[in-house]
Amino acid sequence: MRHLAKIAAVGAAVLLSSPALAWEPTKPVEIVVAAGAGGASDQMARMIQAAVQKNNLMKQPIVVSLKGAASGAEALIYMKSSDGDPNKVLIAYSLIYMLPLSAKIPFNWRDLSPVAVIAMDQFVLWDNAGKPYKNVKEFIDAAKAASTPFKMGGTGSKREDQVLTVFMEKKTGAKFVYLPYKSGGEAATQLVGNHIDSNVNNPSENLEIWRAGQARPLCVFDKERISYTAKVTETQSWHDIPTCKEEGLDVQYLMLRAMFLPGKVTPEQTAFYVDLFKKVSETPEYKDYMEKQALKPIFLTGKDMTKFLEEDDALNKSLMTEAGFVAK
Amino acid sequence: MEAFGLLLHGFTVLLTGKTLLLMMVGLVLGIFVGVLPGLGGPNGVAILLPLTFTMDPTSAIVMLSCIYWGALFGGAITSILFNIPGEAWSVATTFDGYPMAQQGRAAEALTAAFTSSFIGSLCAVLLITFLAPMISSFALRFGPPEFFAVYLLTFCSFVGLGREDKHKTIISMALGLLLTGIGMDTISGQLRMTFGSTDLLRGINFLVAVIGLFGISEILLTMEERLALRGHAAAISLRVILSVWKDLPKYWVTLIRSSFIGCWLGITPGGAIAASFMGYNLAKRFSKEPDSFGKGRIEGVFAPETAAHASGTAALLPMLALGIPGSGTAAILLGGLMVWGLNPGPLLFVEHKDFVWGLIASMYLGNVVGLVLVLSTVPIFASILRVPFAAIAPMIVVSCAIGAYAIQNAMFDIWLMLLFGVVGYVFKKISIPLAPFTLALVLGSRAEDAFRQSMIGSGGDLGVFWSNGLVGSITTLALVLLFWPVIDKACSRVGQMLRPAKA
Repeated sequence: MRHLAKIAAVGAAVLLSSPALAWEPTKPVEIVVAAGAGGASDQMARMIQAAVQKNNLMKQPIVVSLKGAASGAEALIYMKSSDGDPNKVLIAYSLIYMLPLSAKIPFNWRDLSPVAVIAMDQFVLWDNAGKPYKNVKEFIDAAKAASTPFKMGGTGSKREDQVLTVFMEKKTGAKFVYLPYKSGGEAATQLVGNHIDSNVNNPSENLEIWRAGQARPLCVFDKERISYTAKVTETQSWHDIPTCKEEGLDVQYLMLRAMFLPGKVTPEQTAFYVDLFKKVSETPEYKDYMEKQALKPIFLTGKDMTKFLEEDDALNKSLMTEAGFVAK
Repeated sequence: MEAFGLLLHGFTVLLTGKTLLLMMVGLVLGIFVGVLPGLGGPNGVAILLPLTFTMDPTSAIVMLSCIYWGALFGGAITSILFNIPGEAWSVATTFDGYPMAQQGRAAEALTAAFTSSFIGSLCAVLLITFLAPMISSFALRFGPPEFFAVYLLTFCSFVGLGREDKHKTIISMALGLLLTGIGMDTISGQLRMTFGSTDLLRGINFLVAVIGLFGISEILLTMEERLALRGHAAAISLRVILSVWKDLPKYWVTLIRSSFIGCWLGITPGGAIAASFMGYNLAKRFSKEPDSFGKGRIEGVFAPETAAHASGTAALLPMLALGIPGSGTAAILLGGLMVWGLNPGPLLFVEHKDFVWGLIASMYLGNVVGLVLVLSTVPIFASILRVPFAAIAPMIVVSCAIGAYAIQNAMFDIWLMLLFGVVGYVFKKISIPLAPFTLALVLGSRAEDAFRQSMIGSGGDLGVFWSNGLVGSITTLALVLLFWPVIDKACSRVGQMLRPAKA
């Protein structure tokens, strides 16, 4: 026992004398995913898990826990009730702004501790490759001329996909019927099966059906084209997809992918994770993943991140209000 | 015959000492995971997924899919011995499996379950091997109206073909449907019936309800009746296994019917659970002695198990070919594929032939090895029944509680499970069937979503359920099954009226 105590004392002294090693997790770290299995957040969590494990970035293992019930609200409530627990990290996306507004979930992201924004996700307007309209103008004209409104599929209700649909209607005057599905994967299959006319999936969700020649990207909802120029299909790269603005449809939306710790954790604990995700963002696994899923690289922490979140929150709030999705 | 050559190639990829060893390890882990109620396939695969990150994709998927097969086999064990279904699709196995165990025929029931699982999976694998490209295009024809029609068919077959009083079946189903409404509504994005509680936000988890309804209520009943779990006569030997196998050909119609239902519903995403119930109900309907079902008839084990495993296996096909997982476990396997850099989709069969055919070959091998493994361990599992009730009951309750907790790491679920235990006890006392209740809990919210999506798409026109041949025939079949008792009676009356007229 005395030996152990001595070792512990020495160990404590060493730890205290080197601030860089001030804190590290003593239990397995749980990555909380606010979506179902196989979705974009889950894939990202698995990538982080693999990158950390393969590159030995942390002594403790990472476990992925799926808390996708109630459209992800389960994960938010779970994080909120884990104040002071530094072994849980949430992979957040736009739901942290939208869900409290549309479903009155008692949650505010300011109650959590922001760690880092690690990527921005794109949205692309897709139609079925078998349809005759090959660009945005033809598509919108066909939608306007159709006797029954075109069906737009998307993930969830009163969320980013439906917001984009509402803004497409506002800018073009065309009418769409929005069908909410449980996941982007479902919206992709339904597009191939011709049960919907279009969707606004993230690149990763429609990648495979695009490569198989079943879906056609019409435009990307961003100010600039996607930067990746390597060929994805036989003839096209992500960079070849025009922006919606170029095509005369002035709608833009990007979605954050960010990491949060629960509230009331110490600055040392936050610092550990900032450092960890910085290292993750430098691994080949991360770079490979970003390119494959056509994500926009970004790395924000500290004040930059808070400023970004406040602006992004305000933007989402105004979009949701304008679309009429804020619950009274 | 290209498929055959590729399959042989797949076998050569597999037949190495290392892969076979991984297969055994996976199967044993899977059986353990399957035996613990609530832990089940999806959780087991999720927990063990990180182990495989450092392996090459083929070894990794072989090991994971063997955990999956193991869990499928294992799930039958608790259903039969303790009336606690480990997975949603094991529920129908309890109907006759548990009575058999109570009559001291546990070994027979277990052998029947394992054997029919094997037959079901084998049919589905054959289907995957030879018809993969055609079937994936069939699955694409399923839009919201088609999905709803399939769910409707399941519900209707329950009411129309069930042995219980119709009104009690409907009461039970309606209560189940009411409970599925709790939580977030996908279509409107609003919360329903949560009354401000954050615990109810998640909705009622199906497995929590099932563990309570079946497991806990069974313990309560047994306590009341001072019954021991009767397993004294469960003498196991090779003879029992052989005698079950000898009887097998007698049930070939049931086996083929269930395999067909399983394969068909398995490639329809989300249909795996419906398959086992439907397999059971149809076997009962077409049986010469439908009244003996539910009282320990071996056919009542064959039918749901064959269908469940055929569909569980066939569910991997839409996952590989389309990237839509057919079951919870398939969804986690899907996540695994992405980590290894394989993107499931139409091109997987073209770009990663080695992997796909390795996986298909592992389905054959895994099932054969799994069958041998579980059959050789039947005596061990059946001997659990010889432990005195007083000793085993607390262990069952504890493992139920752990299972209920593990699903979502929530203490609230344990209280919910106990509550459902009492509900199940009361239901059994006033003889309201539990099966329609659980079926409604599983499929209710999906059926609701599919119905409302169809209504949004058609602008509120019910004609959408007869808008093409596929959906029209499923919907019509559903209605026929719903009113089957009336139709049946009418037909025989018409028959009676015609006969004297002829004479």
